[in-house]
Amino acid sequence: MLDSKIPSGKLDDKWVDYKGHCKLVNPANKRKMEVIIVGTGLAGASAAAAMGELGYKVKAFCFQDSPRRAHSIAAQGGINAAKNYQNDGDSVFRLFYDTIKGGDYRAREANVHRLAEVSSNIIDQCVAQGVPFAREYGGLLSNRSFGGTQVQRTFYAAGQTGQQLLIGAYQALERQVALGNVTMHARHEMLDIVKIDGKAKGIIARNLITGELEKHFGHAVLICSGGYGNVYYLSTNAMGSNVTAAWKAHKQGAYFANPCFTQIHPTCIPVSGDHQSKLTLMSESLRNDGRIWVPKNIGETRKANEIPEADRDYFLERRYPAFGNLVPRDVASRAAKERCDAGFGVGTSKQAVYLDYAAAILRYGKIEVSKQGLSNVSADQIIALGKEVVKEKYGNLFEMYAKITGENPYEVPMRIYPAVHYTMGGLWVDYELQTTVPGLYALGEANFSDHGANRLGASALMQGLADGYFVAPYTVGNNLADEIYNAAIPTTHPAFEEAAKKVADRIASLKNINGKQSAESFHKRLGKIIWDKCGMARNKEGLTQAIKEVQALKKEFWSDLRIPGEINEYNPELDKANRVADFIELGELMCIDALTREESCGGHFREEYQTPEGEALRDDENFMFVSAWENKGEHEWQLHKEELKYDVIKPSQRNYK
Amino acid sequence: MSQNTMNLKVKVWRQRNANTAGAFVTYDVAGISDEMSFLEMLDILNEKLITEGGDPVAFDHDCREGICGMCSLYINGKPHGPWQANTTCQLHMRAFKDGETIVIEPWRANSFPIVKDLTVDRSAFDRIIQAGGYISVNTGNAVDGNSLPIEKQNADDAFAAAMCIGCGACVAACKNSSAMLFLSAKVSHLALLPQGAPERKSRVLNMVAQMDKEGFGSCTNTGACEATCPKEISIANIARLNKEYLGASLSAE
Repeated sequence: MLDSKIPSGKLDDKWVDYKGHCKLVNPANKRKMEVIIVGTGLAGASAAAAMGELGYKVKAFCFQDSPRRAHSIAAQGGINAAKNYQNDGDSVFRLFYDTIKGGDYRAREANVHRLAEVSSNIIDQCVAQGVPFAREYGGLLSNRSFGGTQVQRTFYAAGQTGQQLLIGAYQALERQVALGNVTMHARHEMLDIVKIDGKAKGIIARNLITGELEKHFGHAVLICSGGYGNVYYLSTNAMGSNVTAAWKAHKQGAYFANPCFTQIHPTCIPVSGDHQSKLTLMSESLRNDGRIWVPKNIGETRKANEIPEADRDYFLERRYPAFGNLVPRDVASRAAKERCDAGFGVGTSKQAVYLDYAAAILRYGKIEVSKQGLSNVSADQIIALGKEVVKEKYGNLFEMYAKITGENPYEVPMRIYPAVHYTMGGLWVDYELQTTVPGLYALGEANFSDHGANRLGASALMQGLADGYFVAPYTVGNNLADEIYNAAIPTTHPAFEEAAKKVADRIASLKNINGKQSAESFHKRLGKIIWDKCGMARNKEGLTQAIKEVQALKKEFWSDLRIPGEINEYNPELDKANRVADFIELGELMCIDALTREESCGGHFREEYQTPEGEALRDDENFMFVSAWENKGEHEWQLHKEELKYDVIKPSQRNYK
Repeated sequence: MSQNTMNLKVKVWRQRNANTAGAFVTYDVAGISDEMSFLEMLDILNEKLITEGGDPVAFDHDCREGICGMCSLYINGKPHGPWQANTTCQLHMRAFKDGETIVIEPWRANSFPIVKDLTVDRSAFDRIIQAGGYISVNTGNAVDGNSLPIEKQNADDAFAAAMCIGCGACVAACKNSSAMLFLSAKVSHLALLPQGAPERKSRVLNMVAQMDKEGFGSCTNTGACEATCPKEISIANIARLNKEYLGASLSAE
């Protein structure tokens, strides 16, 4: 059994007690301590800024040309915090409870409670940094609600909350760069962890402009490199988002937890053809007013607007009358897939359902008519008024849809389909966010700890910033206090030399394959295997088959890959090949994990384990644990379990009917 | 929804690295669907180049949904191509016609040296932010978020300026390679908020000094930056920057 080092005491007191008793490093010693941070999204940038402010010598790395590009920037909806500004009954406990329940009872109570506790500090910190959150006319902060909650606790900046929070963290980071506390290494990719006496003591990073391998020492290494959704090739992640840093950590002894817990978001713009390189999310907020439907008849040929009500199937409203179109993400996604698999899908690909705003436009139009006290209004006028209201609420999203599809969503229903969006699984960490390798930490989406088997909307931003601003500075410090006697190790140490040689050898062997196929083409094939067999629905037969297919793909990759250009130059194809090689190995582990977890929970739906109505069937008796996988060599992993104990919350079956 | 396919020529700027001379090379790309994005068309070109044993075209890109600011490209003489308020990654091929020749160049500005082909180095923008594009508040120092009410109009205007994605199209569009729109967006964002007041003067002076040091040109108010900005950052921000700068210069003496 794994020790998650959860402090003793009452749930409410754990974090306060921890902070009151953890070891400190005095300012003079902090200046001697070096901290490496890999990735500069919300978790990495906030950690780098906060640790730099404390006086540590921070070295931060990102593969993009600037830390401001990290994919946290694309988050649309908002960030949760238990402020209870709306006086609607919110509290730390409720945010904690909603997150545990939303995660289908597969997250760790102590971590989630801490997350809820620090959520308020995040909003205060961001406001102080100048993050322009939406405000009411009285000048105070505005809130809205999100899926899986009954209160309004989501803070937002139009549809660009992630951008504004990241820019805030980026500016705090750049301030530390200016002050000399943080050294920023952009266009660098971490390619291995250096361990000395079993502890993480540095990294090998490749300068992506020159191709040169660099050795960097650190008393601690923080992996903040995001999630692994791009294992599916098509996802809402940025093109460069990858698992490489986390995977290298895994290969060096860090356990990988719950890799099969992936989130498929129901409302994305569907795939239009084989050329597709990425998918675009349409905010969850659209399900507040839009109605989701498919035709009642297979082979329907009429255009959407010509299909009468009687021939439409509003399948979410039909199956879940209580929650209707606002069921959680995992439930909505599966229901859309079920209809498309049964042949009712729409569009050229038949892999899409309609998201229709006609009813909302009419409803808002009528409200406007009565608001404005109009009489003798024609049907067209009502619709025009309704369109204005919808435009004000969702205009930027409708515009984005129009740009991509060339269709006008005010006139014809949008076509949407689920897409990979977030990964709940990640590096296993204890209460201190430390992995199973001492001195090696994982923050944000890169770790597994807070969202269980399904993440609620507006919680990813909260977790990234909680880990970086308010958790890691304490927990990393607690361990660095023991390192003050250890001077920085020169990178001429044999462990650095060996690690660098290993990385150089691997790059050379990739380059020397000299085959015929591009890294991109292998990535696409990997994505198809994982999406078909370890996507929205999984079963034993498919997963067993997928493992074989991924193993075969790995063989083919290592014998027929072609990387153009040279090693010692700017070479994006080489970068990509490095990442795809790691995705292939991760893909195998995901399928193994999904095969081992013989239950359905959250985003993990095993077809063999469902209720007669087709809902996810959890098995708390046998699977109330975190699966933490230890790498034992090629195609070999050992399962370690962390038992999940619910001291405060009583797990129950989720029901949305 | 029906797809039309086209055959095109793309005339692309190829340059091995910052120290070598570059030149245009023309390629044929066939079977391009009008539902593809512009970058997906380049993906197809690159896939073809790789399988034929050639060297793919290097270009920066990441989120492919118009928010990270990593993509660039001067397309047929316009930064981010022909569509208004749009980034290259959101541009779709239905903007082009069968048989057309598309000219693709990198951002051209001395302060954005070429890395390879269409990829440029925009780290000058980070250094301008380092010169003062922030509010000096350490983590944990903050008071309650609602203890400081901010007039909605100011909050909205600050947000409109803060929407800048730092792509550099404003510099590329400007005949002087001026970075004034980028700089003014950040100065405006922070000057419009009470949190930014204590450092208001030093911020604008230091950021302008850094911009000059990076070699960006002067602003002559042609408005090309605003016209090309994918986030429609208003040129009114430059007026505000000038006011801030003048005020700070006078009181600094």
